[in-house]
Amino acid sequence: MDDLRPDAIPESSGSTSQQIVGESIERGFLGSSSEIALAAVETGPEGEASRKKLSIGAWLAIGWMGFIILIAVLAKTGIFTWGDPNESFVSCARRGPFSQEGTAANFILGCDSNGRDMLARLALGTWTSLYVAVGAILVGFSIGGLLGIISGYFGGKTDTFLTGLFNILLSVPGVVLALALVAFLQGSAETASKSSISPEVILIIAIGIVGIPLVGRIARASALSWTQREFVLAARSQGAKHRRVIIKEILPNVLPAILSISLLGIAIAIVAEGTLAILGVGVRPPTPSWGNIIAADRGNLFTSPHIVFEASLMIFLTVLSLNMLGDVVRARFDVREGLL
Amino acid sequence: MELTKLIARRAVQLVIVLLFVSFFTFLLVRLLPGDPTDIIIPFGTEAKKAQLRSDLGLGQPLYRQYIDYLGNILQGNLGRQYSSGRPVSELVAQSLPVSIQLMIYAQLIALLFALPLGIWAAYRVGSRSDAAINTTGFALLALPNFVVALVLSYFIGARWKWLPTGGYAPGWLDPIFDGTRSTDIGGHFNYMLLPAITLALGQIAIYMRLLRSDMIATLKENFISMARAKGISNLRILWRHALRPSSLTLLTVVGLNVGALIGGAIVVEVIFGIPGMGQKITLAIFSREYIELQGYVLVVAVLFILVNFFVDFLYTILDPRIRRGRSAT
Repeated sequence: MDDLRPDAIPESSGSTSQQIVGESIERGFLGSSSEIALAAVETGPEGEASRKKLSIGAWLAIGWMGFIILIAVLAKTGIFTWGDPNESFVSCARRGPFSQEGTAANFILGCDSNGRDMLARLALGTWTSLYVAVGAILVGFSIGGLLGIISGYFGGKTDTFLTGLFNILLSVPGVVLALALVAFLQGSAETASKSSISPEVILIIAIGIVGIPLVGRIARASALSWTQREFVLAARSQGAKHRRVIIKEILPNVLPAILSISLLGIAIAIVAEGTLAILGVGVRPPTPSWGNIIAADRGNLFTSPHIVFEASLMIFLTVLSLNMLGDVVRARFDVREGLL
Repeated sequence: MELTKLIARRAVQLVIVLLFVSFFTFLLVRLLPGDPTDIIIPFGTEAKKAQLRSDLGLGQPLYRQYIDYLGNILQGNLGRQYSSGRPVSELVAQSLPVSIQLMIYAQLIALLFALPLGIWAAYRVGSRSDAAINTTGFALLALPNFVVALVLSYFIGARWKWLPTGGYAPGWLDPIFDGTRSTDIGGHFNYMLLPAITLALGQIAIYMRLLRSDMIATLKENFISMARAKGISNLRILWRHALRPSSLTLLTVVGLNVGALIGGAIVVEVIFGIPGMGQKITLAIFSREYIELQGYVLVVAVLFILVNFFVDFLYTILDPRIRRGRSAT
């Protein structure tokens, strides 16, 4: 009972606002506004319309996500490209829509400060950003989910230890933790071996680790409630081993709760990639990502705003779509029912 | 009395968590691979390295090192920045008030907009203005801090030249932490306004949505119908009768943000060149000042935990239902 949560909310008054507070504790440490979705979505009006047909907004969101996934795959595999993202055209440098240097004739979206085609860079950047975000979510959700389930299922000292661990990780702002992890991992990757891990993988690991306590707490809460159900007791009394009970009985029930926030998680990870890039530890150039396109030409914001704003717009539309779809998924799965 | 018992229990929990966090920051430096001195001062002279080794107590057993570390923290000694030799506590005294002020302004701006908007949306639930407020809020949620920061500095800073896009002047809180600084209130607000708005924008959306949903629930309560029956004006019902019971969740979340923003406003601080904790943390990471970083992380984490403790406590005090529910268990 005496767990180490510094922010434990009294369990006695189980109103929905309590739930929101719990969620808000879980969000909020990357300091970015998108992860607030985790908290704010709870209060959205969309819940009531959950069983109805999808709204126009949701269809637009699906369309946008399909569009960028298509672009990303095409750009990465090279089936259809928009030119070489690393080829420089001197005459085009810093030119583009709204740029002080004027527009560039053959490049709809203009070029960055090195004269590289923005269209080609954004297309390949889409791949990089999605790859990092989805990878980080896979890492964070699998480890966090597993630890959370173990914590909720076994209870007692295991639970105290793991929740304590989650809370310590949560007491450091997410950006600080991610930044420190990237710096640490890059440092040890350089010293450890010549064949260093790619910067993308380092980002995936770092952002994933930051996600572990967030997912862990959600999984724990869900596992805790399912563990007390009769069918778990029945399985145990039939002599099922813990591992079997966890995999066969608990996991299938906890999974919807975890999966329903995964879309919001991807949105948060996309923002995290951008944030880390601006702080100087993102994907290394020349590989483009939405974040490092912004980071590289932040200094040219006042003269060639199109570079920063085009990448920002990609991030905004994608995060908006993911938040919207996340809402729909959450309402459909009706997570709160599982927590009762 | 039950309340004192509750406070005592929470205080014990608080101390345990603080011990864990200090142990975590302690390990941060001790877990560096190889000889930590080679990483912290790679180009330092042997004498400097020996000094650092004795500072860290590296020859001693781990538990002894931790106890010494804890003793140092309690005396306000967070070690020193090795490139300059300045004590970390001095650097904290310079950067912490900057972040605290930024956080306060951001919260004030956010609440200033979120309260009326949230109340209005709840009062007119289902109406067009409700839908408009909600849609705007939803869009704001999808705007990352750095995008807002860049958009604002482009338009307000560069195009229209209303406000500066970078720099800092000490405000009212700086001299209290660091006596050597003189204030320049006008310049201070000039520099702080854009970053504060940036941080506030995302929060307006959450605060508003939280308040709206709690307010909708409150407005269905019997005592509201009662107040209405008595002929009290709508404005008074909304602000006096409904706001207080609806604002508990909001209060908690504001409190959490207060804690999270002290070290969590990094991107905004970096983009606008505000010399707060966030910027200092970034610099410490890049210049591999691990002792300095350790100090900042500790300060940020401890503040966050203390704020959380305080908010949780306030919550208990403000809502008698929780107090009673808690003491019954």
